[in-house]
Amino acid sequence: MKLLVTFSRKGGREPVIARTVKETGVLINVERANIDSMAGEVLVDVPDTDADLVCRKMRETGASVRILEESVLRDVDECIDCGACISICPQDVFSFDGEWRLVLDGSRCVLCGKCIPACPHHALSLLS
Amino acid sequence: MEKSIDLINTRIRDGNARVVTAEEMPAIVDELGEQGALAEVDVVTTGTFGAMCSSGAFFNFGHSDPPIRMERVWLNDVEAYAGIAAVDAYLGATQQSETRGDRYGGAHVLEDLVAGNTIELRALSKGTDCYPRTTLKTEITLEDLNQAVMCNPRNSYQCYAAATNSSDRALSTYMGSLLPHHGNVSFSGAGVLSPLANDPGLRVIGSGTPIFLCGAEGMVIGEGTQSSPATGFGTLMVRGEMRGMSPEFLRAATFTGYGATLYVGLGVPIPVIDLGVVRSTAVRDEDITTSIVDYGVPARDRPVVRTATYAELRSGKIEIAGEDVRTSSLSSFRKAREVAAALADRVRTGKMGLALPIRRIDATRRVHPLRETQRTPRVRDIMQRAVPHIGKDEEIATAARTLLKGETNHLPVLDAEGKLVGIVTTYDISKAVVQPKSGKKVSDIMTRRVIRTMPDEAVDVAARKLEQHNISALPVVDGDGRLIGLLSAIDLGKLFGGRWRR
Repeated sequence: MKLLVTFSRKGGREPVIARTVKETGVLINVERANIDSMAGEVLVDVPDTDADLVCRKMRETGASVRILEESVLRDVDECIDCGACISICPQDVFSFDGEWRLVLDGSRCVLCGKCIPACPHHALSLLS
Repeated sequence: MEKSIDLINTRIRDGNARVVTAEEMPAIVDELGEQGALAEVDVVTTGTFGAMCSSGAFFNFGHSDPPIRMERVWLNDVEAYAGIAAVDAYLGATQQSETRGDRYGGAHVLEDLVAGNTIELRALSKGTDCYPRTTLKTEITLEDLNQAVMCNPRNSYQCYAAATNSSDRALSTYMGSLLPHHGNVSFSGAGVLSPLANDPGLRVIGSGTPIFLCGAEGMVIGEGTQSSPATGFGTLMVRGEMRGMSPEFLRAATFTGYGATLYVGLGVPIPVIDLGVVRSTAVRDEDITTSIVDYGVPARDRPVVRTATYAELRSGKIEIAGEDVRTSSLSSFRKAREVAAALADRVRTGKMGLALPIRRIDATRRVHPLRETQRTPRVRDIMQRAVPHIGKDEEIATAARTLLKGETNHLPVLDAEGKLVGIVTTYDISKAVVQPKSGKKVSDIMTRRVIRTMPDEAVDVAARKLEQHNISALPVVDGDGRLIGLLSAIDLGKLFGGRWRR
């Protein structure tokens, strides 16, 4: 399950992720992180069964956490099933089915946006 | 045994021709044998759906009142070539909009026309006695045009070289996004369904061959531009009426960093007249080999990393230098299948007859590079040869003195063998003075990943490196990495006035 963790440096410099891993024993996979001097936003992947525990612990540390359900959006009218996105995506979100139709596994998407300019038909976008 | 084209056309007219797609043919030949397949199958349909930049359309707009001799013409702000009489123009697919950048181009105008959308037509003229009008602006649709003839100089490449990128920078190319360090492979072409791959000897595809073009019935005009069937890269020049085309089989696209292009759906029905045709249409993805070339090398003759069959490319990953690299297709195999199936349906139901070429295309032709009468400048022509440099174990103070003495801002750093191992600039020295803790030796403050050039590199390529990395000088090294010169932004000035020609 993907969790979007945001925290502010104003509340101190808590090692949010490290502390959560240490105290819950849940292995957290950091998929994407954007941290500057004032605030940070980190997208992590955790096993579904541990999501509640991880959310609770992170909130205790002062971070806000929400379950990320969005993924990249595909406009099926524009998509021609070429597959240009397949080798660009670092998360293996895209693949072909047996009929060479493009399929999208949104649960793997970390909203990095790399596929968007790679699509010749502008069929991919992120939520506004 | 042979089968005449008349017999095949009679069967088509009577609605009992056996029509299969090029994807189905190999298994039929396996099952029935070559003689059996020749007796059984009358027509093999092919199809491809991919980016075909060399596409466009001729238009005749009709005369206005008062009339105008259109010298320059724009369709939705995309300029069309109007140097052909008064109210004719040719719109190329890759021509870019003057107002919307690479998100809209000639290809998008063509798609809009086929979709029935309204297009703004603008024209300018100097005005003549017979054509007094000087400006014109109106709105048109495909229905309003006298003629709208798609005429594509180079379509349906027999196969296409695949692309990868050995450099350390992501590239945006007409082969799509190429990730650094061989991060992916991008390929194009329909393989088993590719029209010319099913007739590489150009025995039955030639001038006059009826084809499926973007949903309408079209025709092969003849050899395509840049055609090189002798090397496995034949092309076709084709035409078709835009009325009758469908956005299902014609799509505008943009390759980021490259520009607009047109995805064309093209299929050729191949009459099974003899064993030669049976054999050539029995081709599979496994039999069609192409090269994977390195776009990280910015030269015309890019190095081939390896060869691969379309079966390997389509499998989703391919091995390069011991590692699995993911592959992406730019053309759509699903749509290529749709083209071949739609064409098969058209022939099967008697809507489209077949013909042998009125004139055959020369299958021995090969493409040549451009004859260049002006030598393009190379780095060696304008680089500085006597370059101040310094050893990596020298003191920073020595580096500062060398920079001052040489009146330069860039000091290549060499090891004991004279090989380039770093570079220090006046900025690095200033920083070292402000932060003395960083070290005392040149090797403590030098930049180790040096962007460099070679004497044979084209100046245009070296200049792009300066721009991309936002730097002002490149050390020039020989094949062994030894320093032989320096190319600075100032040297680029030597290109003006022809001073570089020695």
